[in-house]
Amino acid sequence: MRLDDPVLLQRVVSLNHQYAECLDDNRLADWPELFTDDCRYYVHPRENVLCGLEGYWLYFESKGMLRDRVVSLREVNIYQVRYERRLIGNVRIAGQDGETWIAKANYMLTHTDNEGRSTLFSVGEYRDRIRECDGHLRFCERAVIPDTFLVKSHLSMPI
Amino acid sequence: MTPERAAAPARWPRKDFTRIPLSVHVDPEVFENEQLTIFRGKTWNYLGLEAEIPNPGDFVTNYVGTTPVVLSRGKDGRMHAFVNRCAHRGAQVVREKRGNAATHTCIYHQWSYDHQGNLMGVPYRRGINGNGGYPADFKPEEHALQGLRIESYRGVVFGTFSPDTPPLVQYMGPQVVQRFDTLLSRPIRVTGYQRQIVRGNWKLYVENLKDCYHGALLHAFNSKFGMFRTSQRGSTALENNGLHCVLTTYGKKDEKMGSTYTNISTYKPAFQLEAPEVVEYFPEHEDGMVSTVLSLFPTFVLAEIANHLGFRQVIPKSVDEFELVWINFDYADDRPEHRHTRRLQGNLLGPGGYLSMEDAEALEIAHAAIKSDHGNGLAYIEMGGRGFEGQDHLVTEVPIRTFWRGYCDLMGIQVEDNTNAAR
Repeated sequence: MRLDDPVLLQRVVSLNHQYAECLDDNRLADWPELFTDDCRYYVHPRENVLCGLEGYWLYFESKGMLRDRVVSLREVNIYQVRYERRLIGNVRIAGQDGETWIAKANYMLTHTDNEGRSTLFSVGEYRDRIRECDGHLRFCERAVIPDTFLVKSHLSMPI
Repeated sequence: MTPERAAAPARWPRKDFTRIPLSVHVDPEVFENEQLTIFRGKTWNYLGLEAEIPNPGDFVTNYVGTTPVVLSRGKDGRMHAFVNRCAHRGAQVVREKRGNAATHTCIYHQWSYDHQGNLMGVPYRRGINGNGGYPADFKPEEHALQGLRIESYRGVVFGTFSPDTPPLVQYMGPQVVQRFDTLLSRPIRVTGYQRQIVRGNWKLYVENLKDCYHGALLHAFNSKFGMFRTSQRGSTALENNGLHCVLTTYGKKDEKMGSTYTNISTYKPAFQLEAPEVVEYFPEHEDGMVSTVLSLFPTFVLAEIANHLGFRQVIPKSVDEFELVWINFDYADDRPEHRHTRRLQGNLLGPGGYLSMEDAEALEIAHAAIKSDHGNGLAYIEMGGRGFEGQDHLVTEVPIRTFWRGYCDLMGIQVEDNTNAAR
């Protein structure tokens, strides 16, 4: 498929929409299924990117680590009760590396507390590597680069 | 409209510090007194790391209490610290978080300072075409940025506003010094920063750092994977009138884990990790030490949790809010596989860490509830009895009591002696 193929772009947009939807709908167990088995997912705040430091907030290097996060959030950790909403836009395909598409997108993530107040929790960029996997596009890497390098309270759900 | 009521007046009823007036966390007047007495007083405050400013002209900005400060390295390689507030009209001089600069110039009227905060030059000092200019008795040396005394130990730089603060090593005390020596014996490499803003009083977090009781209860991940369990062999070491505290845990296996925890709702025996490498660690200390949480009064932390290494700084923003900065590091001579283990264990700590994410939530609900009642009421601190001595176990709140004793001494707070009155 060509880099500028509108069908490819539409499929990448759709993958992003699935990503936002499963997290916004609190179907957390579906989140790892959008990744390949050997995936990497990490959150790399803008401050550390600018300093040339690795300094991740979270760093997972297999689908198993993503599933562990899901189980821990569901069964073990205690965190704020809230609703989330992700707006993902400016999706673009930036390049190709063999069978892998290199893509980017911008995001905004809002939190709404149990009294109905909404606040911006994080804004930033996704830097992705995407592969065809059994007829579906899947992330083999999603790097989240939050401009918001100051976390309001704590970080629980994936950005 | 209901006028805002001041916090309830603090009453400290017991000299054993088993009762703490909750108003100490929400009273704006207490917060202002702390700025003068603690942060501008006889304490050493974390400014930065020598590793962050290796070259002449390098600088980092920080805060001592709410006062903005700059730590910089001069042309001669010596480090200096000064208040980041122009001597002319009070504007912030250094506007970047960190960097390298030949001089520091205020953008407002271009007053220019050297790496030590000395005033180098001002525009129009002699006026323009005979007009204006400063009076003949203007002396640049009288308009330096306010300096701080600085000292560093093992590459960690501290500053103080008071000429009467004892030398840093004496302030730290031997048990704190010993742990700096252990954990900072090799050159370090900053791996990154994590920042979180918490709607709570800064002392709630300082108490939390000294609180061995909550570790396995609030942070359920602990009790399952044994990074820190209350029944583990451990110790609480105290220095500087109990203001500093070193919590240590030892050993890996704990036979009694199941029986100790099965009656606690947060214990999750069924939970297994698909990728256990996140909690697997390699031994680094001959004495079996697994974790250290060293809190140096007022707001500095040095912690090793399994193989994860980091400093933390608590920055009070207002009586109701603090920023928590995590400055993570590894050793410059680390083997690549050890570096990778530390990277994976980064998932345990920080604002989203498996072992730490609950703290902000716990402190925020504590602060909100205390504030809603204007700080009325007393905290009850009697786990491990009513004494003040360091312990060889972790089932204790001794470090919290000694913290408040040291705090009251420093703040000049009168404490009533009702210790033997009816309980």
